[in-house]
Amino acid sequence: MDTTIENSNLKSEDYFINMGPQHPATHGVLRLLLTIDGEIIKKVEPDLGYIHRSIEKMCERDSYQQIVHLTDRMDYLSSHINNEAVCLTVENALEIEVPERVKVIRTILDELTRIASHTLWWGVMGMDVGALTTYFYGFRDREMINDIFEETCGARLTMNYNIPGGLMFDIHPNFVKRVKEFIAHFKTKLPEYDTLLTGNVIFQKRMKGVGILTKEDAISFGASGPVARGSGYSCDVRKHHPYSALDKVTFNEALRTEGDSFARYAVRIQEMWESMSIIEQLIDNIPEGDYKVATNAVIKLPKGEFYERVETARGELGVYVVSTGTKNPYRVKFRSPGFSNLSLLNHISVGGKIGDLVATMATLDLVIPDIDR
Amino acid sequence: MTNQSLQEIISSWIPELEFTEEGSQFLNITVQPEQLHQLMSQLKTNSETNFDYLFCLSGMDWGKELGVVYHLESTTHRHTIVVKVKLSDRENPTLDTVSDIWFTADFHEREVFDFFGIKFNNHPNLKRLFLTEDWDGFPLRKDYVDEINMVIK
Repeated sequence: MDTTIENSNLKSEDYFINMGPQHPATHGVLRLLLTIDGEIIKKVEPDLGYIHRSIEKMCERDSYQQIVHLTDRMDYLSSHINNEAVCLTVENALEIEVPERVKVIRTILDELTRIASHTLWWGVMGMDVGALTTYFYGFRDREMINDIFEETCGARLTMNYNIPGGLMFDIHPNFVKRVKEFIAHFKTKLPEYDTLLTGNVIFQKRMKGVGILTKEDAISFGASGPVARGSGYSCDVRKHHPYSALDKVTFNEALRTEGDSFARYAVRIQEMWESMSIIEQLIDNIPEGDYKVATNAVIKLPKGEFYERVETARGELGVYVVSTGTKNPYRVKFRSPGFSNLSLLNHISVGGKIGDLVATMATLDLVIPDIDR
Repeated sequence: MTNQSLQEIISSWIPELEFTEEGSQFLNITVQPEQLHQLMSQLKTNSETNFDYLFCLSGMDWGKELGVVYHLESTTHRHTIVVKVKLSDRENPTLDTVSDIWFTADFHEREVFDFFGIKFNNHPNLKRLFLTEDWDGFPLRKDYVDEINMVIK
């Protein structure tokens, strides 16, 4: 719509700009087509597929053991949890009961993954709104977790530590000691996050009351993870459909009701405290036993359909496997949390400014390979 | 609510639905394409079922038929259901959109259109989402052949 400035022949009109695919705030190859009127956003249209690899089609050709390796190329910051989702699907389909030791180790590593992902998010989110120091704080603490991962399974990012039936190998003798060291370290460092960024007046003004998502819209958009919990929607898969050792621990689901960018931020900060609490409850009581149960070299799932849900650092990951009884799945669908969370970006950023779009998008914590798959 | 009582309520709306729990952990409903939209809006709005959370929408190619599988959950009652719809027309498969019932279906239906070529009536913005506009064919169909990009073992 054209708006005419009073007593002047000047008038403004809508125009389009490209944000991305190579934009520092999109953290990956995401292209947003913005329709703007001056500085005001009228429409945000994501254009996807820049790193689409069709993992779902590749799965139809691969064995179940191979599929595990593809999943950590989706949401690479939650690689261990993604691997676990596929392993749980296979184990539940074959009715394999994995040893207690495996369940506890998996849950500890899940929560370490979540902390690592949230510290990285916190670092880059601060950077997106102009606070460069957060980046170094976040990466300093994440480095300790990556070192633990490296010692455990040899990889720092794409872990592939889970296999159907258990774990690739047993934990390193230093594992318990180093995890405890990390928890003790991070308990003194996480309050610094609040001192540095959370209480900052400029930061709060950019976060509070911006990008508001109501609970009804969050549910309708299929939002999950901290994005939905910031709007007061209790959707933690760890609470509602506990898997691995999560039925043995007590923790609070981080919930806020404001639905703005600050609520999503606060939920993730609280989640890091809860994750530390879960690890502390388990780390001294890792049961003795085997680290895997033997499975057939060629895994064939029975005929039927299997669905498994896990909570990654970004929200609910669903694995839907249709099997015809052969060694390859007939169809695999990954319901990725980022895809649904991205779909609400237009809804919460229309009417705001371009600078707010950057901040709002940072609180959605998008990982583009998770969206493109 | 148990699967048994869910089945009783839903079959009272549309009698000719097929129910099965075989080979799945959820209650499965198969619905005819022309009744899809009516069933879906009743599942959402009826206070006893109240399926307000569409957590997965998958395109399917069953060989002869194409179709869509909807996974639904109620955030108030915490029960789950799976709705399947099958289309025998592979040349011009068409379904009604459910994006007016659940906003998340907007993107998910575009993904299904992109990979399976199923068109959705009344969809607000039905165009390719991941692939380029001039892409030939629908890659997740079982009869799709691409000798350059696909590694066949």
